[in-house]
Amino acid sequence: MAQETDEQQVFRQHCRDWLKHNMPPAPTVRLPQQAIGIMEREQLEYLQRWQKSAYDAGLVGCDYPVECCGGGRNNCQRIANDEMQKVKLPYFPNVIGLGMAAPTIFYHASDELKRKLLPRLFSAEEIWCQGFSEPGAGSDLASVQTFAQQKGDSWIINGHKVWTSLAHFASWMILLARTDKSDKYKGLSYFVVPIKSALGNGVTVRPLIKASGETGFNEVIFEDLEIDDAYRLDAVGKGWQVAMTTLTHERGAGQLVMPSSGGQTDSDYSSIAGVNEVIELAQHSFRPDGGQSSHDPVIRDQLMRLLIRDEGMMQSMRLHQVAALREHHMRIPLQGKLVVTELIQEVAELALEIEGASSTLYVADKNAPAGGRWAQSYINSFANTIAAGTSEVQRNILGERVLSMPKSK
Amino acid sequence: MKMRQPGDFGFDESCAQLKQAARSFFQKKVPTQALHKLVADDPDPFRAPVAKWDKALWQELVQLGWHAVVVPESAGGVDMPLVAAASLTEEAGRVALPSPLLSTLQSCCVLMACNTPAAHAVLEAVVRGCAVTLAVLDQQGTCQTGSVTASQADNGDLLDGVAYFAQDVAKCDMLIVRAGGLYAVPVNSPGVKIVPDHIVDLTRDQAHIEFNRVNATLLADQADLVLGLSEPARLTLLAADMVGAAEWQLQTTVEYAKSRVQFDHPIGFFQAVKHPLVDLMVQVDQARALVYAAACAIDHQADPADAVQAEKYARMAKASASDMASFAAKKSTQLHGGIGFTWECFVHLYAKRQKHSQVMMGDATYQRRVLADIVMGIPGGEMIVRSWEPSLAIAFL
Repeated sequence: MAQETDEQQVFRQHCRDWLKHNMPPAPTVRLPQQAIGIMEREQLEYLQRWQKSAYDAGLVGCDYPVECCGGGRNNCQRIANDEMQKVKLPYFPNVIGLGMAAPTIFYHASDELKRKLLPRLFSAEEIWCQGFSEPGAGSDLASVQTFAQQKGDSWIINGHKVWTSLAHFASWMILLARTDKSDKYKGLSYFVVPIKSALGNGVTVRPLIKASGETGFNEVIFEDLEIDDAYRLDAVGKGWQVAMTTLTHERGAGQLVMPSSGGQTDSDYSSIAGVNEVIELAQHSFRPDGGQSSHDPVIRDQLMRLLIRDEGMMQSMRLHQVAALREHHMRIPLQGKLVVTELIQEVAELALEIEGASSTLYVADKNAPAGGRWAQSYINSFANTIAAGTSEVQRNILGERVLSMPKSK
Repeated sequence: MKMRQPGDFGFDESCAQLKQAARSFFQKKVPTQALHKLVADDPDPFRAPVAKWDKALWQELVQLGWHAVVVPESAGGVDMPLVAAASLTEEAGRVALPSPLLSTLQSCCVLMACNTPAAHAVLEAVVRGCAVTLAVLDQQGTCQTGSVTASQADNGDLLDGVAYFAQDVAKCDMLIVRAGGLYAVPVNSPGVKIVPDHIVDLTRDQAHIEFNRVNATLLADQADLVLGLSEPARLTLLAADMVGAAEWQLQTTVEYAKSRVQFDHPIGFFQAVKHPLVDLMVQVDQARALVYAAACAIDHQADPADAVQAEKYARMAKASASDMASFAAKKSTQLHGGIGFTWECFVHLYAKRQKHSQVMMGDATYQRRVLADIVMGIPGGEMIVRSWEPSLAIAFL
């Protein structure tokens, strides 16, 4: 962050110029809070058009080599994200593709596979989903039982994946499967699976209903699905190592920066978790005795606690860029997921407390404050404290990889 | 974050070199075992309040010019930014250094805010090695009442009264006293009586100071104005010390958790031990980030809005550091188990220093209260009132 290279400066100007003339039109349908909540085709198509135009302009996949249909730039995705997040834009729909599948394919797939998959991933023409978790394998991911049996030049897949966001629109899945039952870690292999073309023919996608009452994620059942060996990433038995590339990027601690156009951030980008909105909420809410919530000293204290953590989070990312001030190179990147998701949850929790009696009203009630947004955010916040390694697993990872304490298992 | 503020906090190569040099110097010269031997030789709670410190080490620090890094070149200093000074107090905090470093650097911030020839002269004295501390609090630990008063006599101003909770007085040569105006008084002036407090912290000394018709040099007409102007910088330097100390508490407790075996495992294997240490790490990093954000904001004030932003960051930093210090003191002691409760274990030295720092200049609850007044307005809708004009903040630094 210290000094921008010439390339970065020129590219930043390019992003600004392009965004000035190419802002996407206002959405025609109400969009969910996050990409993984996309349920209707009209929502998806609107967002796909936005991602494709950003990719065509060079704002997506900037740091991937030209041979992979990327931008061939150095350290420029950060710049594109920065410029996109300064203006109010919708998010990209292909989040699992951009954040997890693309870096995994880049580091572990054949050149041919990279050329085949990455362009339509970057353009969002093909949506991706992630087949990791199973009913019996959540935090203990390496215990997955979905089995891939080798048969000549192909693999026969049987098993059951759950909590699969976007599977209902996905063309492809990144799949962690067992290829050897005798070894927990070395018995895993990693595949990219064309699921859309196999729907009804070895692949079944069924919606799961979230605690919020919305659909948006799924279970995926494989019954004797046959895929070509060319869709295997890295060697047989290396699935766990490949999955680590996926997970490191999922946690925001990987080499390749995920393309992100923000979506909910205002131009001044003053808060990650929406604390300022809750401060505003307090100015229009009342305690049971009729006093204004923003005058209640305890509510004010709670708000400031969260504001300080929100600012501390943002400043710690800034601190991480200064080598002389950091204690360990992975310490702040690996904290991000834990800190942000818990903060968002606590912000929503406080918003509900401030709304008081009105917080009982849900999205369908016309009297619900902010359209029931905080009640919905609160329930949905658990998706983020649980997915991609629960907060408890994140604390294990930090304790073991950063503080070098013995592994808990 | 204002975009015109440098992304790297303005922590340039010379700051990085200073921090690295300070780290090596302190690690070499102040091993924890030696510190324990120096400050904890007498466990008696009723022992005489004697300041235990290494004066020769302080002289080396003075030779290096570290005690005065923020002093402008016009007063003979090296004029380094506050981010550099914060990194110095962070490294001093990491070894729980008994010294007048924090007091002197904080006093420099006050003297610079005075912007008068008399204050300039004291800054020159600091550069030559004079250690300074503040005597600005009353018996309640506030600046509300005038516990010291000034009167005019034939040969200048005379001070009478008592100032309380002055830090590291036994290690200092000069006092900055609040008595309506702000005054400089050499500690050995006739009429000054230093009465040491019996304090919990073994790495500091503290005193109340009686003034009986003491000749004093006026530094600024309005003490509260310059104290207010310099408050963000003073809060930031203190919070940096706390961050350094907390990093020691974290690392030392992690090492213990890796070596102490119970139930056939090093105790760090157990999540009841591992997870609180991770939470402490997160708190340390947030407080550290806010310290440098605050120092940077103070270094880069261009308009009144910047001054408000700097104060917000400084209060956030002190609030964050105070909660962190409390958590660090508690967890480092608790997770050391039975040994953590003994005098021979080093953790109590840091726990006590942190508890002392936690309440100095206002604890977390107080900082959040003031922050809320700035961010949300005072309940009832009045705008927040400051005793100084924001434009004056620009003159400072």
